[in-house]
Amino acid sequence: MEAARSDETLRPATADGHAGPAWPLGKPWPEAQPLGSGPPPDDIMIEFRDLYKSFGEKHILRGVTMAIPKGVSTVIMGGSGTGKSVTIKHVVGLLKADQGEVWVHGENVDELSKDGLDQLRLKIGFLFQSGALFDSMTVYEQMDFVLKRHTDLDADGRKDRIMETLEWVNLPKTTSQYPSELSGGQRKRIGLARSIILQPDIMVYDEPTTGLDPISVRVVSNLINRLRDERGITSMTITHDLLCAEMISDHVFYLLDGVYAESGTLAEVAQSDKPEIREFFGDEYAMMFKTVRDGA
Amino acid sequence: MASKPAILNLSAFTEGLARVGEFGSFVGDFFKRFWRPPFEWKEVWRQMDEVGVKSFLLTAVTGLAIGVVLAMQSRGTLARFGAEAVLPKMLALSLVKEIGPVFTSLVLAGRVGAGIGAEIGSMRVTEQIDALEVGSLKPYNYLVITRVIACVVMFPILTVWADAIGLFGGFMESYIVGNVDYRVFFASAFDSLTFPDIIVDTGKTAIFGFIVASVSSFLGYTVRGGTREVGQAAMQSVVTSILLILVADVIVVAVSLALFAPD
Repeated sequence: MEAARSDETLRPATADGHAGPAWPLGKPWPEAQPLGSGPPPDDIMIEFRDLYKSFGEKHILRGVTMAIPKGVSTVIMGGSGTGKSVTIKHVVGLLKADQGEVWVHGENVDELSKDGLDQLRLKIGFLFQSGALFDSMTVYEQMDFVLKRHTDLDADGRKDRIMETLEWVNLPKTTSQYPSELSGGQRKRIGLARSIILQPDIMVYDEPTTGLDPISVRVVSNLINRLRDERGITSMTITHDLLCAEMISDHVFYLLDGVYAESGTLAEVAQSDKPEIREFFGDEYAMMFKTVRDGA
Repeated sequence: MASKPAILNLSAFTEGLARVGEFGSFVGDFFKRFWRPPFEWKEVWRQMDEVGVKSFLLTAVTGLAIGVVLAMQSRGTLARFGAEAVLPKMLALSLVKEIGPVFTSLVLAGRVGAGIGAEIGSMRVTEQIDALEVGSLKPYNYLVITRVIACVVMFPILTVWADAIGLFGGFMESYIVGNVDYRVFFASAFDSLTFPDIIVDTGKTAIFGFIVASVSSFLGYTVRGGTREVGQAAMQSVVTSILLILVADVIVVAVSLALFAPD
């Protein structure tokens, strides 16, 4: 189990220059800017500023404030109904904030025009909990659908890109299969392939390993890590899965009652003094981290 | 205690009004977007196959049954007045002007409306619509506009098909019972029809198709919850479509009579 890394930065910058600088380990985690202060610094990819969201009488988010630097894998944890999914849906404009600001790629999401939002969404990949594959299309068709709409690639170019992406998720033989013919783990990987086919800078994962067996959890988590390490993709992941969180997290935010109650490495959050968080992780888990730390 | 139900009713009433407003905006979006890219021709074609080709048998059986039963029922009554000879005219007018278009549309509202409501609804609850949205793939164009266009085009075609099969059914009944020659039957039937009969009364099914597709798409698109709500959306799609078709029929007939009143 590796709660923190020993190298100087969280990960090496990619050779092709696609990745921006990763957040150095020694540097304190960035604070979000105050409301109305304009775009965040260039090295901040996503920023929530005092975000509020209610559905009728239900107050889900009550002032979420956090900044996510470029090239870092952030995990959001918390009990059911604490607003994790609601938070990430603001990143892609699926929900509009009642109050507060959401900055992504230097743009205030709620102030974008429809076209502006479409352009921003092309820079973000979103892996839904169920994979959200289109039932009426084969694996090839759904990836081709995205490429046809958003690139100038000809049929051969699109085919090359699709096969390259499917090989990347290790499912090159599924092209003619419909979603109903795939297993849960395969659906997640095809969903991942579809969401990265436009080569986004940011990935948002909504419970990417829920319902998968431990082997599939490792496969999907490794793919998430590879996206971060090889392509420098900034990611934001919701998960309850401790194995997945251990494998992918650089930084963890724990949401409680609509605000984040704790933030730090997974080990730091797991050893929180807050009873709700201790209960979430379990005393044995916190103790395990403590033992590893003390042993080191 | 007395005020509580009143408050509840008021709340239900305002919710209903809000829903109608939402539907109005949803339909308004169709007119704002259908002539702008992206044009999903492949999906329109697929939907025309889904709505049209796959409904040919159902509408044929409906038309045949109506034609045969109408001929059987009318023959006795007409015979009492010695007017059996007008049976083809009566059949053609009844079928083409009212029974064919309305019955066909009601049958299609059941098949197509439930299908659209359930399909789009299940796409909503399984986050497929969100995935289209997040991928900047314009789900409204892909899911709604394609289905509305398919229904607007296919409802009149299926109505003409059902009318033709209905007339054929009427002829078969006349041939078996009265040994009527097909030339006499069809000459008499078509002689009774005028331009407005065919164009207006068949054309009104394009409006019915619009109603079925837009109502069902709306109810599917705005589903919240799970499979239970998807089932409800499918059922409501059929019920609402049928009611609106009947209301629209009254309005279209009143307007067409005002515009093309027989001398």
